[in-house]
Amino acid sequence: MTDSTATAVRKTPAQPDPEAGTSWWRGDGSESVRRNLGLLGVLVALVVIGIVTRPDLYGDSRWVSDNIFAILKLASVIGVVTVGMTFVIIGGGIDLSVGAIVALAGVWSTTLATQSFGAGGMIFTALTVGVGVGLVNGLLISYGRLVPFIATLAMLVAARGLAAEISNKQTQVSANDTINGIASTELLGIPMLVYLLAVVVVTGWVLLNRTTFGRRTVAVGGNPEAARLAGINVKLHTMLLYALSGLCGGIAAIMLTAQANSAQAAMANLYELDAIAAAIIGGTLLSGGRGTIVGSLLGVIIFATITNLFAINDLSVEAQNMVKGGIIVVAVLVQQFRFKSLTQLLHRNNKVTTTT
Amino acid sequence: MTQHRRDLSRRRLLLGGAAIGAGTLLTACTSNEAEPTAAQTKAGDAGGGNSAPGKKVTIGFSAPAADHGWMAAITSNAKAQAAAYSDVELKSVEAGADAATQRAALATLLSQKPDVIVLLPHDGKELNAFGLEAMKAGVPVVNLDRAFPDALAYRTQIKGDNYGMGVSAGRYIGEQMKAKGVTNPIIGEIAGIDALELTQERSAGFRDELAVYGFKVANRRAAEFTADTGQREAAQLLQALPKLDALWNHDDDQGIGVLAAIKQANRTEFIMVGGAGAKAAIEAIQADNSVLKATVTYSPSMASSAISLARLIGQNKGMSDLVELQVPKEITLTSETITKENASAYLKLGF
Repeated sequence: MTDSTATAVRKTPAQPDPEAGTSWWRGDGSESVRRNLGLLGVLVALVVIGIVTRPDLYGDSRWVSDNIFAILKLASVIGVVTVGMTFVIIGGGIDLSVGAIVALAGVWSTTLATQSFGAGGMIFTALTVGVGVGLVNGLLISYGRLVPFIATLAMLVAARGLAAEISNKQTQVSANDTINGIASTELLGIPMLVYLLAVVVVTGWVLLNRTTFGRRTVAVGGNPEAARLAGINVKLHTMLLYALSGLCGGIAAIMLTAQANSAQAAMANLYELDAIAAAIIGGTLLSGGRGTIVGSLLGVIIFATITNLFAINDLSVEAQNMVKGGIIVVAVLVQQFRFKSLTQLLHRNNKVTTTT
Repeated sequence: MTQHRRDLSRRRLLLGGAAIGAGTLLTACTSNEAEPTAAQTKAGDAGGGNSAPGKKVTIGFSAPAADHGWMAAITSNAKAQAAAYSDVELKSVEAGADAATQRAALATLLSQKPDVIVLLPHDGKELNAFGLEAMKAGVPVVNLDRAFPDALAYRTQIKGDNYGMGVSAGRYIGEQMKAKGVTNPIIGEIAGIDALELTQERSAGFRDELAVYGFKVANRRAAEFTADTGQREAAQLLQALPKLDALWNHDDDQGIGVLAAIKQANRTEFIMVGGAGAKAAIEAIQADNSVLKATVTYSPSMASSAISLARLIGQNKGMSDLVELQVPKEITLTSETITKENASAYLKLGF
């Protein structure tokens, strides 16, 4: 059946020794570049729609630069979450708890006791809680052998519950000017939140494309058994991927707290789905083994641009969500079509190799 | 020990201390929560007459899980009011996050046969059948805030005036614009969850009242009643409207984020009206150092009133100031406008 062949073929890229060389995944690069160019095309189209529908606003160059940063600020929190999610998905997993991690880390860092430690204490708490929850996810999945979907779903419920308990079901107002200032501070005319997003994206890109950790992630997600035979500690690596996602959740919590000057148990609602959607339209394969950070970032920026486009045209949030849903479907359809043709090509090449 | 090592160990100690500090939060009450103010409940011995201890009444209480300051205040006010009466026993059940869970919780509550049930349903339509069932079983139901469509499903209904909130906000903005001589103002609106009827009612009231002045809403964004979504939608709305004269935000909790977005965008050219009457909002109005100039009330003190009414129903008493022998069927609160001038009077009602 097509399904089983697709799975078998999909595993192909990970089968070579992941430690030995990178040509096979670099070979996949041109496909990523094509895809990213496609996403850039979508982005340009959205901007053109913006220009056509609101020429009055786009006619003002100061407004345009303000708007670019408004879109990037909107993308920043979810972008950070998406970087972590991209690693987890490439590694063959899924993290449904990231939104809840953001809420728990945010709420915990804004409670009065934690606020009394100052900005440092708040940041430390948010990051510790993020990594801690991520490690628990990783432990349950790697060593408890729970399916990632179930483990992180359970964590989603539990972490939101704990966040509600800690916050006493109230909005926790952040009185810390340093934390709140992150959202309004600019350096050389560029908002601090955009720098933070850039740092996380660049670090993620280097980690995925230029380190053993990244190669192992691709290998573990592509074919865990082959990765194990190649000497990778798959369980430990998987655990680290969830810790990384949790860390991103912690960073996002600080950013979101700074933006909203507060945190509450219901914050970052459905961020996990936004992050998964952005990663998927960015070309990350939901079954693992393939994906790019740049693609995910473009996915997030596309979603932020749609939100912005709908806002400047006074269109409803519901309609905006329908359009987002449509884009996800189209992106996955395109991905399947492209991937099919790519794998067919690989398949044909393999056949040629075996016959000669 | 070298200086470097000393620094390291000191750093570890500090980090460890911070971790322990964070850990203690689980056991200690350290959240930024304000307890219900005395004004949100009425002491049992105040005024004599109806408040004098009488027949013992068991009141069952159910409200949706609080994920929001207003809802949290509803539950804490109900509990505080019940505690103020020596003749009331409150049986409170967590209603969870959806109508099905609340229905299950209420079934358990009904089986314990309380004298009266005070109920804030997730959605009045979804729990109408329960109201009918309880009333049929001889347990009077006091509907709190979210009306049942069927008049037989409740003994008494006490609710806020969502349409009136919109009207009050619209009127304040209309008057202010008139006073400033702005003839064609640009008005923005940050609503709550659009799927809720109450949000639609608030927006309808706002629209209708603005129309009286010949004004209309230039851009309306729906958020989710949380500070982070309020910030997100407000930031986008401010982009859409580079010049703004007035803004109505439906909810003060959400307003924390809306105000943060306004501050981050460095915008001061307009006036803002809030909604619900949170303490922080009233204080900000009083301080008069932000764009927030007024808020329209939707007070969670209605939960305290609901418990008082339930007690009177349970004791078969009326409301002593009225000529009626029994508690009336329906009470709708008015939505008042809090401004700098009257803020001090309302501060005690802030939640």
